[in-house]
Amino acid sequence: MALLQISEPGQSTKPHEHRLAVGIDLGTTNSLVATVRSGVADTLPDDKDDHILPSVVHYLADGEPLVGSEAKKHATTDPLNTISSIKRLMGRGVLDLKHIGTRLPYEFAESDSSVPRIKTAAGEKSPVEVSADILRVLKDRAERTLGDELNGAVITVPAYFDDAQRQATKDAAKLAGMHVMRLLNEPTAAAVAYGLDQGGEGVIAVYDLGGGTFDISILRLNRGVFEVMSTAGDTALGGDDFDHAIAKWIMQQAKISDDAGHHQLRRLLRDACAAKEALTSADTAELKIELENGEYWEGVLSKEIFNQLVDPLIQKTIITSRRALRDAKVTADEVEAVVMVGGSTRVPRVREKIGEFFGKQPLVNIDPDKVVAIGAAIQADVLVGNKPDDELLLLDVIPLSLGLETMGNLVEKIIPRNTTIPVARAQDFTTFKDGQTAMTIHVVQGERELVSDCRSLGKFTLHEIPPMVAGAARIRVTFQVDADGLLSVMAREETTGVESGIQIKPSYGLTDSEIENMLRDSITYAEEDVAARNLREQQVEADRVIEAIQVAMQQDGQLLSEQERTGIDSAVERLANVRNGNDHNLIKQTIDEVNNLTTEFAARRMDQSIKKALSGQNVNEI
Amino acid sequence: MAVTLTETAAKRVKDFLANRGKGEGLRLGVKTTGCSGMAYVLEFSDGADEGDEVFESQGVKIYIDAKSLVYIDGTELDYTKEGLNEGFKFNNPNEKDTCGCGESFTV
Repeated sequence: MALLQISEPGQSTKPHEHRLAVGIDLGTTNSLVATVRSGVADTLPDDKDDHILPSVVHYLADGEPLVGSEAKKHATTDPLNTISSIKRLMGRGVLDLKHIGTRLPYEFAESDSSVPRIKTAAGEKSPVEVSADILRVLKDRAERTLGDELNGAVITVPAYFDDAQRQATKDAAKLAGMHVMRLLNEPTAAAVAYGLDQGGEGVIAVYDLGGGTFDISILRLNRGVFEVMSTAGDTALGGDDFDHAIAKWIMQQAKISDDAGHHQLRRLLRDACAAKEALTSADTAELKIELENGEYWEGVLSKEIFNQLVDPLIQKTIITSRRALRDAKVTADEVEAVVMVGGSTRVPRVREKIGEFFGKQPLVNIDPDKVVAIGAAIQADVLVGNKPDDELLLLDVIPLSLGLETMGNLVEKIIPRNTTIPVARAQDFTTFKDGQTAMTIHVVQGERELVSDCRSLGKFTLHEIPPMVAGAARIRVTFQVDADGLLSVMAREETTGVESGIQIKPSYGLTDSEIENMLRDSITYAEEDVAARNLREQQVEADRVIEAIQVAMQQDGQLLSEQERTGIDSAVERLANVRNGNDHNLIKQTIDEVNNLTTEFAARRMDQSIKKALSGQNVNEI
Repeated sequence: MAVTLTETAAKRVKDFLANRGKGEGLRLGVKTTGCSGMAYVLEFSDGADEGDEVFESQGVKIYIDAKSLVYIDGTELDYTKEGLNEGFKFNNPNEKDTCGCGESFTV
């Protein structure tokens, strides 16, 4: 007899047609899977009642890889075959390894492919494959718990993940045999878990302090849409640093020298972590440390001393939070709710200090390790169709503007950042030169005005444009972003219907701080950017004018007197010189002068072409 | 005629209702579907519909439409765990046979 769950009124499903969906928090250190049963969202435990699955995979020469705690046990004995923190490599190219790779103790395979491959006992593994192995375990756990196959999943990703990293996450899910209904930003998921999406509008801060990383996101909720206003963080700050601070204090107290053995240090860290956890509910923590000479040091860590030790670390997160607020152009008072995510937010001092900073009690009643998975599960439940239709569907927005390169290294934005997705936008472009038969579409992402300041996502060329005079062809370029934030670009020549396009799956990712910088730079350099754009636009126009005149002189130079010709020549030369300067007003002025000077020439050419067209023809035939 | 809840089931239902924040009780019923003829309906109820019979067991109101009641009269609803899976179980004395998957039944 199958076990049943309570459905919403009228939403009961037929046998074998249960709409089963899960939310997955695919984390750097730990992963979780959650679902909604009888209206309650919670994470699902494994056979040993563990909800958390460490994101670690241990590859064996033969047989299925070990995943989770079992894999973690091999981290020290067989580090090369035990892969952890694979999320840091998702969507990254081989070139990116240079700056992230130094800390990763794996052996990378030499290959021509742009995707890094890790050498393991079970063969070469890409980050996507390693992630798929983690997802497979979560999927299996969910299907055994729910008693049937899953219809779909919502997987969370950091708000700063770019298209490549999102696509890699989707690929991993596909490889694990899962249908991804939506990728959801982690801070958005945390806000959903607290039901903040039902609240209408307001600014929400999501403070995420994990074991090794810190992220702060400022979200604005408006008509059911979460907009990520800013993100900031520190990829090397977390609960582990709290442990280190305590361990250092113990070493001072117990007079353990800095060059203590590796074994001793590891034990110290373990004791420090235990003391930290004890202080969550008690005012003091007893310490009994075994020294290398076999004796014991005993001491007490009080809450006061602990607070002194961790305050500088908490202060760092507050400085970062302040920066995030400034980037989002809001003050701490304007923040209506603060959501706490990550195990380290269990430390009472963190809650106290963050509460003080934002001037309000942070939301802590959902387990901070589970809150992201729970939010994803709630969203999955809506997406799979277990809720009445009137329930608002949460929408997401694109984090950085998408556009293409136009003449003069300028960016034409097609979809501005913070546009809700899914979205499709089209814009018409034309040819720059007479007889131009091909056009390269260079897709870029970013907020700046110049292509060189944005991130290149991909290029493709539309061929077989029929030869026409410059400006006559009409090429419609359509940008489409699906519900997961993935982009496809199509170009179509309207008269012939020739088409070309790409799905953006860029090979190289950006680091977290690069995305942050891109957003910040767009504000910092706003003025310079406008100036640069003005200059480039005038330069492009100057080039176009010069080229047009040269072509005209070649074809119809005989229509001009020697004097006129010299006049135009010298004006064109002057324009060519001015064009290389950086005074856009002067360029514009010179263009106008050249235009005035050549008006008569243009009129004569026009007359001549009309005469040509009319010659030998009867008036009646026209 | 009656349908009852076990203590465990009642406690779960109360928790789920509290979490949902609204609702009068539980709706039980049957639908003619599935590989073996009929399937159970288990839903939150926001109030009685026309023709509903209302029972109360362990402090939980149970709404059943008259047609369904014929098939599930005497049922005891339990909440159990089977491996990783957990959920509600209909102990229905009218049930003669269930399909292999156990999701539908005949009377």
